[in-house]
Amino acid sequence: MKGGFLLRGLDRSGLIFLAIVMAVGILVPALNLLVPPGNPFHVPGYAVSLVGKYLCFALLALSIDLVWGYCGILSLGHGAFFALGGYAMGMYLMRQIGARGVYANPDLPDFMVFLNWKELPWYWQGFDQFWFAAIMVVVVPGALAFLLGWFAFRSRVTGVYLSIITQAMTFALLLAFFRNDMGFGGNNGLTDFKDILGYPVQAAGTRATLFFASALALALGFLLCRAIIRSKLGKVLVAIRDAESRTRFLGYRVEHYKLFVFTLSACMAGVAGALYVPQVGIINPSEFSPAQSIEMVIWVAVGGRGTLIGPVIGAILVNFGKTYFTAAIPDFWLFALGGLFVAVTLFLPKGIVGTMGDWSRRMRRQPSSTPPDPTVKPAE
Amino acid sequence: MNPDMMTRTLLYLDGVSVSFDGFRALNNLSFTIMPGEMRAIIGPNGAGKTTMMDVVTGKTRPDTGHVLFDGKVDLTRQDEAAIASLGIGRKFQKPTVFESHTVWDNLDLAIEGARDPVSTLFHKEGEERDRIDEILGIVRLRERRHELAGALSHGQKQWLEIGMLLAQNPKLLLVDEPVAGMTDAETVETADLLREIALTHSVVVVEHDMTFVRDLGVKVTVLHEGSVLAEGSLDHVSADPRVVEVYLGR
Amino acid sequence: MVLRRLLCALALGCALFAPEKSALAQADTASLIQALGEARNYSELEKAVDALAATGDSAAVPALEALSAGALYTQKLGGPVRIGIERGADLVLTDPLTGESAGTEPAGGYERIRVNNRLRRSLRGAIGALTLLSPKPEIRLAAAQAVYKNRDASALETVEEALAKESEPRVRAALELARAAIQLAGEAGDDVKLAALEIIGERGGRESLALLGQVSANASPAVAEAAQIAVQKIQASLRWWSILQNITYGISLGSVLLLAAIGLAITFGVMGVINMAHGEMVMIGAYTTFMVQEVIRTSFPGLFDVSVLIALPLAFLVAGAVGIVIERGVIRFLYGRPLETLLATWGLSLILQQAVRTIFGPTNREVGNPSWMSGAFDIGQISLTYGRLWIIVFALIVFTALMLMLRRTPLGLQMRAVTQNRRMAASMGIRTPWVDAMTFGLGSGVAGLAGVALSQIDNVSPNLGQGYIIDSFMIVIFGGVGNLWGTLVGAFTLGVVNKFLEPYAGAVLGKIFVLVFIILFIQIKPRGLFALKGRAVEQ
Repeated sequence: MKGGFLLRGLDRSGLIFLAIVMAVGILVPALNLLVPPGNPFHVPGYAVSLVGKYLCFALLALSIDLVWGYCGILSLGHGAFFALGGYAMGMYLMRQIGARGVYANPDLPDFMVFLNWKELPWYWQGFDQFWFAAIMVVVVPGALAFLLGWFAFRSRVTGVYLSIITQAMTFALLLAFFRNDMGFGGNNGLTDFKDILGYPVQAAGTRATLFFASALALALGFLLCRAIIRSKLGKVLVAIRDAESRTRFLGYRVEHYKLFVFTLSACMAGVAGALYVPQVGIINPSEFSPAQSIEMVIWVAVGGRGTLIGPVIGAILVNFGKTYFTAAIPDFWLFALGGLFVAVTLFLPKGIVGTMGDWSRRMRRQPSSTPPDPTVKPAE
Repeated sequence: MNPDMMTRTLLYLDGVSVSFDGFRALNNLSFTIMPGEMRAIIGPNGAGKTTMMDVVTGKTRPDTGHVLFDGKVDLTRQDEAAIASLGIGRKFQKPTVFESHTVWDNLDLAIEGARDPVSTLFHKEGEERDRIDEILGIVRLRERRHELAGALSHGQKQWLEIGMLLAQNPKLLLVDEPVAGMTDAETVETADLLREIALTHSVVVVEHDMTFVRDLGVKVTVLHEGSVLAEGSLDHVSADPRVVEVYLGR
Repeated sequence: MVLRRLLCALALGCALFAPEKSALAQADTASLIQALGEARNYSELEKAVDALAATGDSAAVPALEALSAGALYTQKLGGPVRIGIERGADLVLTDPLTGESAGTEPAGGYERIRVNNRLRRSLRGAIGALTLLSPKPEIRLAAAQAVYKNRDASALETVEEALAKESEPRVRAALELARAAIQLAGEAGDDVKLAALEIIGERGGRESLALLGQVSANASPAVAEAAQIAVQKIQASLRWWSILQNITYGISLGSVLLLAAIGLAITFGVMGVINMAHGEMVMIGAYTTFMVQEVIRTSFPGLFDVSVLIALPLAFLVAGAVGIVIERGVIRFLYGRPLETLLATWGLSLILQQAVRTIFGPTNREVGNPSWMSGAFDIGQISLTYGRLWIIVFALIVFTALMLMLRRTPLGLQMRAVTQNRRMAASMGIRTPWVDAMTFGLGSGVAGLAGVALSQIDNVSPNLGQGYIIDSFMIVIFGGVGNLWGTLVGAFTLGVVNKFLEPYAGAVLGKIFVLVFIILFIQIKPRGLFALKGRAVEQ
């Protein structure tokens, strides 16, 4: 039943996309593990981590697209959900260090010993169990999104007001996580991880598995989003995006729909964060910075919001550019990123995928058919 | 009005006032609509016609007064979605359809059925196919069912919106200027369509076009400065000197 | 504590030798100064200092000051004590009593009279006591305050003497306070101490509190109890002062927030344009100030005190021009698409930041305060810097000017017309694109003005604007979009609330509370404190 639900939105382009993601998910680790170094087909270890990171960003971009591209909610706080998922995973990884830390305290992470804490705070309880951490990865961002959304959507806070509120939310969390007495490692965050599920985090096999898990999560996220936007609920979401009050007059409780999709999206972002942390080996408060969250939005805009393939492409392209430029010409990167924001909004409002979709439709001279056309109408 | 009469009304407005920053959009407005009735509401700009619809559909909360639906439900305590679910449909002055959805999807969104997220998420396509097909026929959009609503002409959008009202199958239809921007032929057809709808539904039509109101041939309420100025047949109100002064004459 | 005991003992000693006092007073001040040079150890030196103080002769002050500063010398082979200023290997000498020059001699022949910390303390008291009799009231006042701070028992008699002659009320009050402080610390009788307590209790303040705190240790029950009551009274009044101080500091913070937000109240509030690069306009204003000061430093050093005044119009013009370029170049293509405007202007803010970083470097640049903006002053228990005071005044001036500009000028009228009904305004012949550009330029220019003010109290770095952007949006939304009064009230409310939270929660947590509060507030009143009502705003 659930499987049928997930699969019902699949069409040719969706299948092709899934095939590519899964092929990458299997090929990259395989080329890393099975092909000996020196062979031109060998994928070095750092590249596996790097692309794995891009896959997490792609899942994150997908979650932003679900709320922004399909429901018109521009969240400038998705970095917070991502980071919360990451911290939940980071807490599990910290607990796994056990007595191998610098201070060799079996229960307390090093930074707590350093701060002279005597026992584990209550909110760190349970994170020694993977299943508990895995639940928290979804529940914590989801609960925060539900709470914020419940207040905001009920009082009809929309458009830029909502964007600014979400920005303030992540800013408040940034300030909070910077504090040492919050118990999340303050400025330095959580790092120096050793094991995940008993396997060393740094090992090639673990890295390959994490990479595959990221690809799988991206594929599942894609399937889920696809199924949602192809359902009648997806049509309601687009209706809300284009004419919110009209949707109300048809009898739909707009706030329930927004709450549903916002919370779901936050959970997806949390999963992306949880897969990101073991691959990069650190989580710190800078992930909460408002600039980070806005940067995520531009991935979606570049790729094409209101399409599901667009954000994935956008996230990978922009981050590849970032990796390249920050290494090659660091001073240029912020100019490039800033210019990208301006250029995309002015000249490419539908993003790469949306614009290509328009072209191909024009080439075939055929009126657009059933799939809802992503428009650039603003949510009022 | 005695309580017995009140419970038999479909829509009952009593002493409704709304003001925006000192401007009284509605001033002690009272009138009733009986089940199955069709009513035309006319009045000059700023008479409060649209505000009246806003109050009935829950968009605006009145400062004072009662609005009862079906003789028992207090509409002032409900929000838009709840009022729509009670069975009040609205067509806006400016046609508002979902432009990036197809004509079919517009009707699919409007059609009677569960409105909660869980039901819509697991909703199976095709259950209402026949009904949507029938409505497409009534509003003459069968040929364009797969086109985006945004690509329709102004008149077609008006008709699509009326089609959406039909799909909702409400007890009461509030129709705001349905023939604005239509050709004469379209206007006549729209009048026919509304009369047909009125056979099975209660309808309130707000309109400027006097020919159209005459075509409808129903009881008329004249609004002026937020309250009822006159009520009766079109001929009756046209003869009222106050109506002539504020509206028809000039 | 030990020191205080010693001083008490010394005072006791003075009292015992009281009969000799008249003889000592008649002794020649000059010979007493000479005795400073003949002392063989610190305690002898201290006795000599006390003897000088007891003369009440203010002519001894230069010698004592020189001693305290380590500039009093005695000749190794005997001879008169001299004040000396080192110049290379030589000493420029003056007579300590007459102030006449005594020539320049090699330093090798002289020996500095050394002092230790304890001695410095009693020197301060002695100098204070002697200057109490100065003919100038300002000096007497300062001396009385010095004695009060020092509480040197040996000064008591001079204080009494000065009190007998004093006619100026504020100096009298200071003297009485100084006397009370000495009496309280000393071994006087209960009735004297009780009277002293009353005077100190009247005075209030943290210092008095500290003074009273030391009383109960070695006092009779009656005095201790009176001290207790006085402490409670002072604490109660201090609570009021701390509330007043929070309000003052809150208004000071609020005026900074108001300055940062008021430009946004125009672009976001009145025009509805979400300008995420607003903070960078503030930053541009600050860097304009920096540039102006650079030019002044290198070419016209005399103009430094007016550098800020020169920077104000320039910052307005520079930031306003950048704003107009942004409006014409980007924003006008995005009207009616607020979310896109948000993203595009965010991109612009990144570009502006990086541009400034490339030109001026990533580190903080030094922007100086003109003399009339440096320093601080006290009102009661509150200390406020002149810089902060001027910023409060400046924020209110900018606010008033904007209000007048919107209400009284043709441009203001056109702005309001365009924002209320663009199409109607256009059909009445108003050039709406021009008005848009001017309005945006105005908002940006005001942000530039804010930058000049903020350069005086904040670090001038490329990130300057980032620190203010979220706060500014919060204030405009909190106050109610499109309402300048709302922005004013919003800024001051948040400033004051922040300062009241800080003592309990700390600065960071206080800020978090404020953010959470606003987030919740917007849920309850989505349109802010001063909401516009009507059909138009519900679109």
